[in-house]
Amino acid sequence: MKNKLFYILEWADNTLILGQRLSEWCGHGPVLEQDIALTNIALDHLGCARNLYTYAAEIFNGMDAVDRSECFASVAFQRNVKEGHQADEDDLAFLRDAWDFRNVLLVEQPNTDWAYTVARAFLFDAFNYYYLTAMCNSVDERLAGIASKSLKEATYHLRWSSEWVIRLGDGTEESKTRIVEAIANLWPFTGELFTATEVDTFVEGLGVDFAALKPLWEQKVAEIFDEATLEVPTGVWMQSGGKTGTHSENLGFVLAEMQFMQRAYPNMEW
Amino acid sequence: MTKEGVIAALEQVTDPEIPVLSIGDLGIIRDVELWLEDGKDCINVIITPTYSGCPAMNVIATGIRMVLAGMNFKRVDITERLDPPWTTDLMTESGKEKLKAYGIAPPIRKSKVGLGLFEEDAVDCPRCGSQDTELVSGFGPTSCKSLYKCRSCKEPFEHFKCH
Ligand SMILES: [Zn+2]
Repeated sequence: MKNKLFYILEWADNTLILGQRLSEWCGHGPVLEQDIALTNIALDHLGCARNLYTYAAEIFNGMDAVDRSECFASVAFQRNVKEGHQADEDDLAFLRDAWDFRNVLLVEQPNTDWAYTVARAFLFDAFNYYYLTAMCNSVDERLAGIASKSLKEATYHLRWSSEWVIRLGDGTEESKTRIVEAIANLWPFTGELFTATEVDTFVEGLGVDFAALKPLWEQKVAEIFDEATLEVPTGVWMQSGGKTGTHSENLGFVLAEMQFMQRAYPNMEW
Repeated sequence: MTKEGVIAALEQVTDPEIPVLSIGDLGIIRDVELWLEDGKDCINVIITPTYSGCPAMNVIATGIRMVLAGMNFKRVDITERLDPPWTTDLMTESGKEKLKAYGIAPPIRKSKVGLGLFEEDAVDCPRCGSQDTELVSGFGPTSCKSLYKCRSCKEPFEHFKCH
């Protein structure tokens, strides 16, 4: 059960952290329409995360006490387990520490500027589209249902970020310089999207074959970059660690802001 | 208590963002299950969310509870079912008419027909009927809508996206 729980968290944490990153643009977008676009997309990611965390919490609550005490290192979570609380979606989002998160490093990278935001979104959206397509065939009906629901939304996301990559790449000299820089700096985080962890290999049939998604993703990226007059980086050394809880310092800043209220005022509601 | 009776009563529950649309018009009631416990009526209303993160779903669930509270049920459950995912193809024709009268252009395309990059739906202006309109943003004030403007009457309007 632990592997299934962790597999779901890899997926859920990707959508929560990217959703949180995108929502940082709320009220700061370059134009109102794009501000709204980003918050809409962020909301879709958050909705997907909620569906997944709700399921993950049910699985967690069904595990025996020893297993439950070994799932997360966070003191706040450990205390709840010890006191016999049932976990819920909010606990998973707000009470775990950075090393309990299993999202890929790509989604935690900062917004930096519009080009970085667009490049990060596109590199992830292209992956997410094929990931969700594959997850629709999961032997786990609940996960397949969440995937088929989110796939419709991810299709819009990919369309939005593809258009922006093309606009910036095939735009002005400045927009091109910026998107090239953003892609160069984010590229080392794309390898991790397709590497399977021990958790991923344990959940055969329930999860996806990550390596099989890579050629599909590469083809999509090549197609859009070609249209955008951008080159696909080659021979880049790839970073990894996010899926097993080794994160860049960036995640700490995301969590500090996102979790502040629940940590400072436990169980507060509004 | 019959299933049809309950579904008819739930027509009073509307979308908080678009109050002219009932949850029946939107096609989000999947099923209604009725059974007896100790001779008393129990009910499970199965609904499907429009978008994954749509905040209106909580308000809609409360609306359903309020209607059912006046109908003497011993137990009321509201269950979410995601699969198959909601689509605008489920919206009723009368729902589309109501949307248009309210000033929102209804969905015009079947959800399976996708759009290419930089392609946009040719939507008629709900105010003057002109076909000379343009997309301002694919994303609007709620997940389900995009923003257009009419080049004939110069008015901006919302379009309920094909989904
Ligand atoms: Zn008009």
